[in-house]
Formats: sequence, C-alpha cells, structure tokens
Amino acid sequence: MWSGFPLRPEQASTIAQGIDQLYFFLTAITLFFTFVIFTAIFYFAIRYRRKAKGEIPGQIEGSLPLEIFWSAVPLVLVVVIFVWSSSLFISNSRPPEAATEIFVIGKQWMWQLQHPDGAREINELHVPVGKPIKLTMTSEDVIHDFFIPAFRVKKDVVPGRYTSLWFEATKTGRFHLFCGQYCGVNHALMIGSVVVMEPEEYERWLSGSRKAETMAASGAQLYERFACITCHGAGKAPPFNDFYMSQVKLSDGSTVVANEEYIRESILYPSAKIHAGYDPIMPTFKGQISEEQLLQLIAFIKSLGPQERKSE
Amino acid sequence: MTATATENSTGVNYLNVQYGIRSWLLTTDHKRIALLYLASITFFFLIGGISAVLIRIHLIEPQGALLQPATYNKMFSMHGIVMIFFFLIPSIPATMGNFLIPMMVGARDLAFPRINLLSWYIYVVAGLFTVYALIAGGVDTGWTFYTPLSTTYANGQVMAAALGVFIAGFSSILTGLNFIVTIHKMRAPGLTWSRLPLFVWAMYATSVIQVLGTPVVAVAIVLVGLERMFQVGVFDPALGGDPILFQHLFWFYSHPAVYIMILPSMGVVSELVTCFSKKRIFGYHFIAYSSLAIAAISFLVWGHHMYVSGQSVYASLVFSALSFAVAIPSAIKVFNWTATLYKGSVSYDSPMIYALGFIGLFTMGGLTGMFLASLATDIHLHDTYFVIAHFHYIMVGGALMGYLGGLHFWWPKITGRLYPDAWARFAALVIFIGFNLTFFPQFVVGYLGMPRRYAVYPEEFQVLNIMSSAGASILGVGYVIPLIYLIWSMRYGPAAGPNPWGATGLEWQTPSPPPTENFEQLPVVTEDAYEYGSKEAHVV
Ligand code: HEC
Ligand code: HEM
Ligand SMILES: [Cu+2]
Ligand SMILES: [Cu+2]
Repeated sequence: MWSGFPLRPEQASTIAQGIDQLYFFLTAITLFFTFVIFTAIFYFAIRYRRKAKGEIPGQIEGSLPLEIFWSAVPLVLVVVIFVWSSSLFISNSRPPEAATEIFVIGKQWMWQLQHPDGAREINELHVPVGKPIKLTMTSEDVIHDFFIPAFRVKKDVVPGRYTSLWFEATKTGRFHLFCGQYCGVNHALMIGSVVVMEPEEYERWLSGSRKAETMAASGAQLYERFACITCHGAGKAPPFNDFYMSQVKLSDGSTVVANEEYIRESILYPSAKIHAGYDPIMPTFKGQISEEQLLQLIAFIKSLGPQERKSE
Repeated sequence: MTATATENSTGVNYLNVQYGIRSWLLTTDHKRIALLYLASITFFFLIGGISAVLIRIHLIEPQGALLQPATYNKMFSMHGIVMIFFFLIPSIPATMGNFLIPMMVGARDLAFPRINLLSWYIYVVAGLFTVYALIAGGVDTGWTFYTPLSTTYANGQVMAAALGVFIAGFSSILTGLNFIVTIHKMRAPGLTWSRLPLFVWAMYATSVIQVLGTPVVAVAIVLVGLERMFQVGVFDPALGGDPILFQHLFWFYSHPAVYIMILPSMGVVSELVTCFSKKRIFGYHFIAYSSLAIAAISFLVWGHHMYVSGQSVYASLVFSALSFAVAIPSAIKVFNWTATLYKGSVSYDSPMIYALGFIGLFTMGGLTGMFLASLATDIHLHDTYFVIAHFHYIMVGGALMGYLGGLHFWWPKITGRLYPDAWARFAALVIFIGFNLTFFPQFVVGYLGMPRRYAVYPEEFQVLNIMSSAGASILGVGYVIPLIYLIWSMRYGPAAGPNPWGATGLEWQTPSPPPTENFEQLPVVTEDAYEYGSKEAHVV
C-alpha cells in the first residue's frame, strides 16, 4: 500500500542518501519540538483552565535561567545542523575531476542537451550509471532551473552566464527532469526524463544517436568560419594552446582564470577585459553567435589543452 | 493601568458622531481610517481567496481540471500579489495598528492624521491598478516578478500590476512613519518604553522594516518598468543587464517583508495570551527585544532565496548561518508565550483559540524554515511545494490566525458589540483543521519533488493534491463563518461594554465604541503592561 504513497523520493544518486539523512534528522527535531509545544499548550490550558470567574492567578515575571536555557538549546541545535548541512553542501558542490561534461541549453520551453561527442537530445538526458557527470548550463531567454528530484540536485539556468551542477547516478532507470524556476506560460511542460543506463548500453546509445561531429569539431569549423583564426594564432591575438583554465594577465594588472565564463565574455564583450600586451581590436560577436555555437567554440578551445583538462 | 473606565454618558462615539459617505471619506480619525482599511483589505482577501479556490480546484487533476496553463499562471500570480501586498502586509498594521496604537499609548490620534488618510487613498489607488491589471487580462509573472521574464518576455498587464505594488509601498511607508513618530512622541505621561504593550513593540519593529525596506523594492520595480518600456539594460543580459541583480533587490525587501507580515501577529498573540490567562507576559523584555532582533537580522538573510541561483558557495554559507540565527528569537517567543499559560487562569474564548492555534502553527512553520535555511536540504526543496507549505504555515497558520484572533479580541471595542462566541470557537476549529489538511500534504509532495507553479503535474502526486484541495474547501468554509457572524453582530450583537474580557491596556478603559477623541481625559500611566491581579509578581 505504501508503494502508492511514498514518504521519500527515490534515491538514485550518490548524494541522495546523505541529504535524506539530514532531512530525517530535521524531521525528528521538528516532530519533537512540535510535540513539546503542543503538549505544553494542551497541558497548561487544561490544568490551569479558569475555574471561577474573576479568579486572579499568582503573577510571574519571567525567569532568566529559563530564558538562557531555551535560547541555548536552539542555539546548539542550529549550530549542529548548520555544520552538518554546510559540510554536506560543500562536498556536494565540488564536481569530481573526472566528470564527463554535458552541455545544457534551456529555452522557453524545452531542454536541449549536447554530449561532448556531438550527440544531441531534447528533453531527455541519457547518462551512464556510476560515472560522474557535470552539466554546464545556460539559457537563451529567461531563467530556468534544472531539477532532478531523484538525484537531489537543482541549479538555476541563467541567461548570459554558465552555471553548473554535477551528479553520479547510482541506479539505472528513468527519472523526472523538471524545470524548477517559473519561466512563463508552459513552465509546467518544460519537463523531461533522465535515462540512466549501464555504461555499455550508454555507449551503444551514443554510437546509435551520433549523427553530428563532436562539439569540438563543430567548434573548429566555426573558428574558421568566423575568421577567429586570422588574429588568434597569427600573432595579433593570444593563441589558445594550453589556454583553458590558465591564468590570464589583464591590461589593468589583475589576473583572471580562463574558464567558460571568461571565454564567453571575451567573445561577446571583447572590450570588457583586455589581455595584457594586446591591442583591443577584437570585434564583438554578440548577436552573430548562438548559445549553442558558443558552447561549441568553448569545447574547441578546451580541446586545445592543457591535456588533462580536456573534456573526454 | 490607572485611568478609570468611563461609561459613555453622552452615547456619542466615533461611529455615530457623523453619518454619510463624506464623513467617512474625509475623516482623519484613526479609528475610522482603520475601518476603511478593514473594508478594503477584506475585499482583497476575497479576490485572493477566489483565486486560491480556483487554483486548488484546478490541481485536483494532474492534467489540470479547470484552466488553461496561461490562465492558471495568472491565477497564482494574482493570488500572490493580492494576498501579500494588498492583504497581509497592510492587514494588522493598517487595521488594528491604526485603531489601537493611539489608544494604547494614550493619545487622541496618530501623529499625522491627514497623512494617515492619505496613506489609505494611496492604497486605494494602488488597489485600482491591481484590479485593472486583473480585469484587463492579468499578469503571469508570479508575485516575485523575476527578470528577465517580467521585463522582456511576459505578456499581460505587468506594468499595471508592478505600478500597483510600487504605489502600495508608499502607503506602507507612510503608515510606518506615522506609527514610529506616534510611538516615540505621543506616549501618555508615565508610559515608558518598558511599560508599552507588546503589540506596540511589535508594531514598532514592523514599522522600522516598512520604512527601511520598502524603498528598495520600489527601486527594483522602477527598474523593471524602465527596462520593460524603454529597453534600458538593467536585468536582461540580452540588453547587457544582470538578471540576478533583480533577485538581490527583490529579496532584500521581500524577506524582511515576511516579517512585516508576522511580527504584528506576534504582537497580537502576546496581548491575547496574557489577557486570557490573566497573567503578566512571561519574559516581557525577551519578547520585546526579540522582535527587534528579528527585524534587524531579517535584513541580512535575503540570499537564502538564492542558494541555487549560482550565488557563490561562501555567500550561501553566510546567508545560511544568518538564517539559522533568526530561528532563535522566534523560538524565544514561542517558549515565552507557552510559559505565560503556566499557573494562569486560562479561558477558552475564541481569540484565545486563535492565539493557541497561532503558536502551534507558527512553531511548525518556523521549524520547517530550518529545512530551507539548511543548504544541503534546500537545494532539493527550493521551488517545490515544501516552500509553499512552509510559508503558508507561517503566513496563513501564523499571520492570518493572529489577524483573526486580534479581530475577535478587539471587535467589541471596534463595534461595541459582541458576536456569538460559540460560533467563533467553532470557526477557529474548522480553520485549524482545514488549514492543516490543506498544507501538511504539501510538505510531503514537495519533498517528493513536485515543483511549485505547475499547472500540470505527474500522476503520482495526485493523491496528495486531492487531500490538499479537500482541506482547502474546509478552510474556505472556516473563513466564511466569521464573515457572517461578525457582520451579523454589528446589528444584532449584544452591547459589549468597555471591557468585556477584563483586559488591562488603555484601550479598554474607554467606552466601546470609543469617542472620537478616544479618552475624555488623557490617561496617566503608573503601572507596567499586563498588571493582572496582585502587584507582587515574582521571578521563578
Ligand atoms: C580582429 C582580430 C580578432 C578576431 C577576428 C578575433 N579575436 Fe579574439 N582576441 C583578439 C585580441 C587582440 C585579443 C586580446 C585582447 C583582448 O583581450 O581583447 C583577443 C582575445 C580573445 C579571447 C580572450 C583570450 C585571452 O587570452 O584573454 C578569446 C577567448 C577570444 N579572443 C576568442 C575569439 C574567438 C572565438 C574569435 C572568433 C569567433 C575571435 N576571438 C576573433 C583579436 C581577435
Ligand atoms: C523562523 C525562521 C525562518 C526561517 C529560517 C525561514 C527560512 C526560509 C528560507 C530559507 C526560505 C527560502 C526557501 C526557498 O525558496 O528555497 C524561505 C521561504 C519563504 N519564507 Fe521563510 N523562514 C522563516 C520564517 C518565515 C516567516 C516568519 C515568514 C513569513 C511571515 C516566512 C515566509 C517565507 C516566504 C513567503 C517564503 C517564500 C518566498 C517565495 O519564494 O515565494 N518565513 N523561508
Ligand atoms: Cu520553467
Ligand atoms: Cu526569506
């Protein structure tokens, strides 16, 4: 009977169990204090009910020891919860080094997903079980939110920037994918599924659905088509070998890390940050390059190294 | 307190001193203005209520039983906008605050009576914009107006609704200023700060938030308007803006705003618990200062609405720690109210039933707030029905229960009439049961993963949604009953007399309904608040 009436969502990722344990601890605390307060109210209300009209009870001003006691108990409890929850959060928010990167573009009202080798899907995400997956996400219009309840992960998908989330599925099967952030008329239809498969099966699926070339290869073509190559690698602009995640010195003396966000900004708003030693001659490609093409260019730049950071 | 209750020898009071619509629309009497507000917010409560009913009927079926998705979205947007900005924020301050603060401090009116009337007119103009937005096609941005949806993508009457909220903010600021000045400057001789009724303390803390916070949301709304009408790039990245900036501005006000909604109720409950157990409040200073502590910390926690927005891990950690800090003054209040019952003389008059209901439901709302303040669990729970349940426990189970409790408590003072208390107790019970049946299942369905603001949803969530809709129909009945007997009592209720509950407090020492000038002679205060019985109160 309880199968039709579950008390917790399915646990299908490595982090789900830890979160549920904290959830049940919090539930226990909630039940305990609710019980204490309700019991006290009922007990006092009945025990000290008015027995005669106009009766005057003895007056009590308060009690410092009690005030200290019932401030200290919640204080200790919230400190415990905070430390527990935050350490879980910190360790959950760090993606493992070896995670496979998949790109997500949200738009009203669909999810577009791109695997590094070029396979694409809409509203469905196929992933292998037992392998860490990192999603790099952006939106073409409003804010959306990528939410997989069975994995206990959720992250907003924001236009104009990249956000990321990671998970490692522990169970094969089909799980809900929801848009969590209200995004307009068909928000409730911006849903889909995450299909977790055995690794071999996943490989088979990949080779079956691989129609296009890899993202990096598409990026390389764009790199030529938009004539990036005429400056970059021709001495007029910084080369991209071993560029991804390197430290870039800027003309104002500061340094930035060449992550996805920086590459994106350099292409759309080249004058925002200038690589020290170069002239600000790069034109903006805003309006000419789609979100998807941006991701492909980034994949291409990443593929130029350094080797260990290359997306597999 | 000392002023003696004077029987109203002349029979002239603020209600019958003048008749005719003009005498109401041009009044500067804080008591009449309170009634103007009472009528207007009741109207908006009905609009908000009707949209809630439609939402709950729609959600009986997973594919949606009633509305198109676009209409559904307009329904929950209107529900949120109306209930928050036009009902809950003004609810207790503009009605009971207006009516009672001058009397509680022993003054003849608020510091600025005309500004008080002005703030009602501003509220009405704001309300007209909102009603227009509703009639002219509705808005579908949600009450949160997140960008760039609201600035670039949403159709419908976004501007009208945003203007409504913007204008309503000024009404709120003016009311807050008026209260602050009144409480500072117009207290009766002998009424020191530590003799003030806790309702006044709570209204003071609320007013401070209103005055400091509201301008920020006003700025945010103006920026939304500029971007929507003139494509000024502030929030939309396509125009070079930052969409997350809006959330910072919005929540910088709207988190404190949730305390604008709950603090007044806490003040009301402090009054009720003392009166109906005939005891001093337990830990007066702890309750008073915890209101101020809540008001102060509430400005520092807005980031807990943005844990999944891409905000940095460190920012999230700080916001989480501060959010947990709010739980402590909230807990202090709950414990002190409960302790006030200890060895009291507890009666079960209807306002007390509401007050006890408030304590229980607020406790649950506050405790579930910890699930959301906690980072690891909030990632899963954010934007699900769990959040909906959490804040309804506080805003409906808490704030609205407090509002109804206060209304029942001071109704005899306001109208001079008693209502049938048996009906009132019955209604309170119906509301308590209906409320829990409506919102408790939402904790479960939220944890199971059902996102909020979904017009259609997967079938496995249907059972819990039906439970919730069933509860809502009970809750609806619970709200209609008081509407009927309170209106009935205005004509047929027996006369209340100046102090039907045997309460302390200056407002009870003047006839019911009070004369326009509140007191024949301005009172002099020589005692603490809540001097029930013998003076030798002791410390345990
Ligand atoms: C007209 C020459 C020119 C073209 C064409 C050009 N760039 Fe650039 N780009 C530059 C220069 C010069 C810099 C360094 C100065 C600066 O930071 O703006 C630069 C900087 C960059 C950077 C930041 C690198 C760093 O070390 O800071 C990225 C990423 C980049 N370009 C990508 C591209 C891409 C992708 C294209 C093609 C779509 C492209 N550029 C086309 C001249 C160009
Ligand atoms: C007791 C301490 C409280 C804590 C720790 C707390 C915590 C939180 C947190 C962390 C959220 C964000 C959840 C999310 O969106 O993921 C939240 C949402 C909310 N809370 Fe509370 N809360 C508390 C009390 C209150 C009070 C007193 C009120 C109102 C009177 C309130 C009303 C709300 C509202 C309206 C929202 C949701 C807003 C929205 O997204 O539409 N909370 N609360
Ligand atoms: Cu959405
Ligand atoms: Cu908040």
